[in-house]
Amino acid sequence: MEAGYNFAYLDEATKRMIRRAILKAVAIPGHQIPFGAREMPLPYGWGTGGIQVTASIIGPEDTLKVIDQGADDTTNAISIRRFFARVADVATTERTAEATIIQTRHRIPEAPLREDQILVYQVPMPEPLFRLEPRIAETKRMHALADYGLMHTKLYEDIARLGRIGTAYNYPVMVNDRYLMSPSPIPAFDNPKMDRMPALQLFGAGREKRIYAVPPYTPVRSLDFEDHPFRAIRAPHACTLCGSAASYLDEVVTNDQGGRVYVCSDTDFCRAEQEKAA
Amino acid sequence: MSALQPGFDEPVLDAQASFRAVLEAMSRPGRIIQITAEAPGPAPLNTAAAAVLLTLADAETPVWSDAGPEVAEWLGFHAGCAFTRAIANARFVLATGEVPALSAFDAGTEEEPQSSATLIIQVESLVAGKGWRLRGPGIEAEHRLDVVGLPGDFVAQWQAQRARFPRGVDVLLCAGDQLAALPRSVTIEES
Repeated sequence: MEAGYNFAYLDEATKRMIRRAILKAVAIPGHQIPFGAREMPLPYGWGTGGIQVTASIIGPEDTLKVIDQGADDTTNAISIRRFFARVADVATTERTAEATIIQTRHRIPEAPLREDQILVYQVPMPEPLFRLEPRIAETKRMHALADYGLMHTKLYEDIARLGRIGTAYNYPVMVNDRYLMSPSPIPAFDNPKMDRMPALQLFGAGREKRIYAVPPYTPVRSLDFEDHPFRAIRAPHACTLCGSAASYLDEVVTNDQGGRVYVCSDTDFCRAEQEKAA
Repeated sequence: MSALQPGFDEPVLDAQASFRAVLEAMSRPGRIIQITAEAPGPAPLNTAAAAVLLTLADAETPVWSDAGPEVAEWLGFHAGCAFTRAIANARFVLATGEVPALSAFDAGTEEEPQSSATLIIQVESLVAGKGWRLRGPGIEAEHRLDVVGLPGDFVAQWQAQRARFPRGVDVLLCAGDQLAALPRSVTIEES
């Protein structure tokens, strides 16, 4: 373990403050709790909120997995994994099934999560209403009154203009029928996985200084209308590498003549599927 | 005056392990969780309550306690706790004897329900598989929990505060080295 740092980087007073915020977040599912986010040794937008949540919960017994857009091998994921290996001396893994804590940027793993796992989301903008109402004092009141007519109007206007709801990621959800919540910029494809998930889901926004949570088995409903039900969208292709026709796909441009392939966004899922086929 | 009892053996790692126990309890209301990191606090503090307070309380969180001066001295030394006599100002409440009415504590506001108090109530025993039927977030179908040592009208008080959601206090029940949580989101049905 790196000398000169406390276990998991943060000092104990900061951890206590974050831990208290996490417990209140779990007690009020979907409600955003302000916290005193610290400066971290990486810039805002690179997962400072998720890292602070992970640093406050992680222990020597944990095994950490970090994904960025589903991939374990991207710069952000690798550097966060290395960070915790250095400052907390924890085991790391790329396999979803082996992890006890999974920190994620913008995806939920394809493999179903279990009760003994915790999913930590990196959140750029925790307030689902911010594009519709920029004043925080006003959005706080709307959450207090569960007054979410504005969001329904936005979705209705999408249907009136486009014939469908035009949101493909960061698709707003209702948590336990009370709080409107941003699921972070995961694809709408992943939204149904949040509903009654056996694992605890924690959300950290570093720049915006908010923490929120969805306890296990909590109903999470994507907003929709009776005549325009929510639909999880995926590219209508099979993965070029593993052949999966059910996983969420990334489109990869292969040349400048319009060539493209579709591959699984979840690299661990893709590897497992390829091993199964081999 | 007796000598001061020690706190956690490993303050950093023991607090982490205890926090995960509390988080697990809070995430799965009514499930009984074992506290592994022991800090031998003075009587009447039990193992679970001692671990919870060392893990979560500090100078920023006024504690209201009915546990007497030795416990206050111990918490003041090891956790740097601030104490308050005004029950409505307490962030943490340590109830080892008679449990005050839930409505006496800060329940937060509609806009900031997170500012409410967390109650650490020492009870005689926690038994799973019988007693109350708990439902709500964190519970797949139903958790059963039998608690000995709460006031007779506790469930009625709980139902009264449940109607005020998202306002309300959260409760950690501590019996020996065992812990079970009642976050404000849970509903309790007596059987």
